[in-house]
Amino acid sequence: MWEYAPAPESRDIANLKPNYRMFVDGKFVEGTGEPLKTINPATEEVLAEVSTASQSDVDTAVKAARKAYDRVWSKMPGSERAKYIYRIARQIQERGRELAVLESLDNGKPIKESRDVDVPTAAAHFFYHAGWADKLSYAGYGPDPKPLGVAGQVIPWNFPLLMAAWKIAPALACGNTVVLKPAETTPLTALVLADIIQQCDLPPGVVNIIPGAGDVGATLVEHGDVNKVAFTGSTEVGKIIQRQLAGTSKKLTLELGGKAANVVFDDAPLDQAVEGIVNGIFFNQGHVCCAGSRLLVQESIADELLEKLHARVSTLRVGDPLDKNTDVGAINSREQLTKIKELTESGEAEGAQRWTSSCPLPDKGFFFAPTVFSNVSQAMRIAREEIFGPVLSVLTFRTPEEAVAKANNTPYGLSAGVWTEKGSRILWMAQRMRAGVVWSNTFNRFDPTAPFGGYQESGFGREGGRTGLEAYLDV
Amino acid sequence: MSDRISVAKTYKLYIGGAFPRSESGRSYPVTDAKGTFLANAAQGSRKDARDAVAAARKAFASWSGATAYNRGQVLYRVAEVLEGRREQFITEVAASEGVPLKKAQSLVDTAIDRWVWYAGWTDKITAVLGSSNPVAGPYFSFSTPEPTGVVAVLAPQQSSLLGLVSVIAPVIASGNTCVVITSQDRPLPAITLSEVLATSDVPGGVVNIITGRTAEIAPWLASHGDVNALDLTGAPESLRTELERSAAGTVKRVLRNKASEDFAQVPDLSRIRAYLETKTVWHPMGV
Repeated sequence: MWEYAPAPESRDIANLKPNYRMFVDGKFVEGTGEPLKTINPATEEVLAEVSTASQSDVDTAVKAARKAYDRVWSKMPGSERAKYIYRIARQIQERGRELAVLESLDNGKPIKESRDVDVPTAAAHFFYHAGWADKLSYAGYGPDPKPLGVAGQVIPWNFPLLMAAWKIAPALACGNTVVLKPAETTPLTALVLADIIQQCDLPPGVVNIIPGAGDVGATLVEHGDVNKVAFTGSTEVGKIIQRQLAGTSKKLTLELGGKAANVVFDDAPLDQAVEGIVNGIFFNQGHVCCAGSRLLVQESIADELLEKLHARVSTLRVGDPLDKNTDVGAINSREQLTKIKELTESGEAEGAQRWTSSCPLPDKGFFFAPTVFSNVSQAMRIAREEIFGPVLSVLTFRTPEEAVAKANNTPYGLSAGVWTEKGSRILWMAQRMRAGVVWSNTFNRFDPTAPFGGYQESGFGREGGRTGLEAYLDV
Repeated sequence: MSDRISVAKTYKLYIGGAFPRSESGRSYPVTDAKGTFLANAAQGSRKDARDAVAAARKAFASWSGATAYNRGQVLYRVAEVLEGRREQFITEVAASEGVPLKKAQSLVDTAIDRWVWYAGWTDKITAVLGSSNPVAGPYFSFSTPEPTGVVAVLAPQQSSLLGLVSVIAPVIASGNTCVVITSQDRPLPAITLSEVLATSDVPGGVVNIITGRTAEIAPWLASHGDVNALDLTGAPESLRTELERSAAGTVKRVLRNKASEDFAQVPDLSRIRAYLETKTVWHPMGV
């Protein structure tokens, strides 16, 4: 294994401020909720104090969004809305380094990921959707599809800026106004996005960003003047929101948890498959709803593949998220680290065989060494529950039919992977796996033109592509 | 005047391609709009609903896996067979809904035409709703609509045939299977429709029809773990919220349409879209 000298990105680039305020009606204002301190999960130091929204702040934000919808945004020609959204895309690109470093500081993800995936994909989402704003009549929802009104959006901590982009861009393109609540542990990049939105001179109230904990999200989605709710997060909370919205006319889309099967056949290009498996589960510390957390390997190659996998995972560098050579950064919070530990302990207790990389871990911060469980059976918790961490469960199969049955043996259905050199088998598998995204001979690819979303308890509705516009149109 | 005694029909359930009585042994009297007795209908139970879900699940793999061309021909065949029994349906709809024969005629004709409309959609849904995605990288990415699975349908209470057809056809056109609770007080055209389905090459289990009390059976379908979507069209007003809440337990897709929908209008794609998933498939390009 190569020795690498430290190559940390400068944290000055993040332009970190001691205080961040919520963004309502075009202005940064002090929230009247209890302020929260957001920490760097890699060091446990406080990064900044962030004001949060109280119930009345939520109401103020929704009122601002309603006023902006009624008076400005819903009346503006699509061609004009488009130019505002293009501006946002450009500014994200221009301030890309700042956003990437800030994201890694606040979230704990490696800088190479925030720099090469999160920020550019966020910009791409705005750029793509900007173009739709004056072309909605071509989207297949009738000659003049109408927006819904005020969208209440609640996003998770695993891709803070990217999820904000996935939510805000299509909402604005379709003519809605937005109140967005970022996650409690990762509010900073959303508030820099607010700064960008202010600099882009968007009319006040079109986008409002209100930090806070789950109760703020609950108040927002329940608000009587919200017409559309979009939530990305756990299946547990998704069900609560769906229940809350029962009997209302609010349109709902949910992007929830997953337990994706990543299926490797005996004819797969093994070295490529190993890279894909590693990317599938260790990308973003495994804090990915579509992570390939259940590896299904054809029995005849299981030993060989496991050996290669252990060797490759041993080379992953875990540590300082700002270091350009870091592969696996910090777990986002102590709470999440505790959950990962609890589930891995259950894996051992239930008889799975644990292998954990012997890589050095930093003394401070929340870190978890990449872990692979073999001899996993379908009934074990580590095969059924979403761990949302760098933990892979390996199961085996003999026939393609068995692979399909095992892949589909879950209430989730967000993503799946298949590795084989045989084209007809890829298509056969892709047709039978009940998941919203199937990556074949690749994993974890995202693009604004490609619809993303789940089957079954992984949620409903899609984000991206022409299909994704439906979530923000009255159709 | 003819003294012949006509053969009275027994109206039963339609589950998995068979016509069983309710396992509960219950039945309830059905009258015409003026209150004159027409027949006893089977009063379906929780167990009947569960059996129907099992039948629908069993039928899903082959129906969703059938070619779109095949499904189109099957739906068109339903229209053909329905056309042949047009007079019978006119009589039944007129009696059930208390409308003049001329009105009933128009309702039945529109119902037949609706099957033809949806039959034509089966092999166009993918082209119209799917896409090839121009992703920014060396990958081929495409998205196709797929059926969501088993759909529980609470059929409209008023429109006994046209409304019923308008809620069933879009479900099965894309490859879903369904369990339908008929109009509670106007169930007879639905049972006669099931005889049409049984003789139209619709595989057993694709459509399952249960007569009975909507409020009694619907909650079991709304909470059922093997039901993927719920159509609330014919739900009693007082139950709608509770059914939707219950459906959240397994993140069901819920169609909130009201029975006030005008079924005489030519539909749009929204009922087809309601029961579709989009699957996006990626593969690298290279040599």
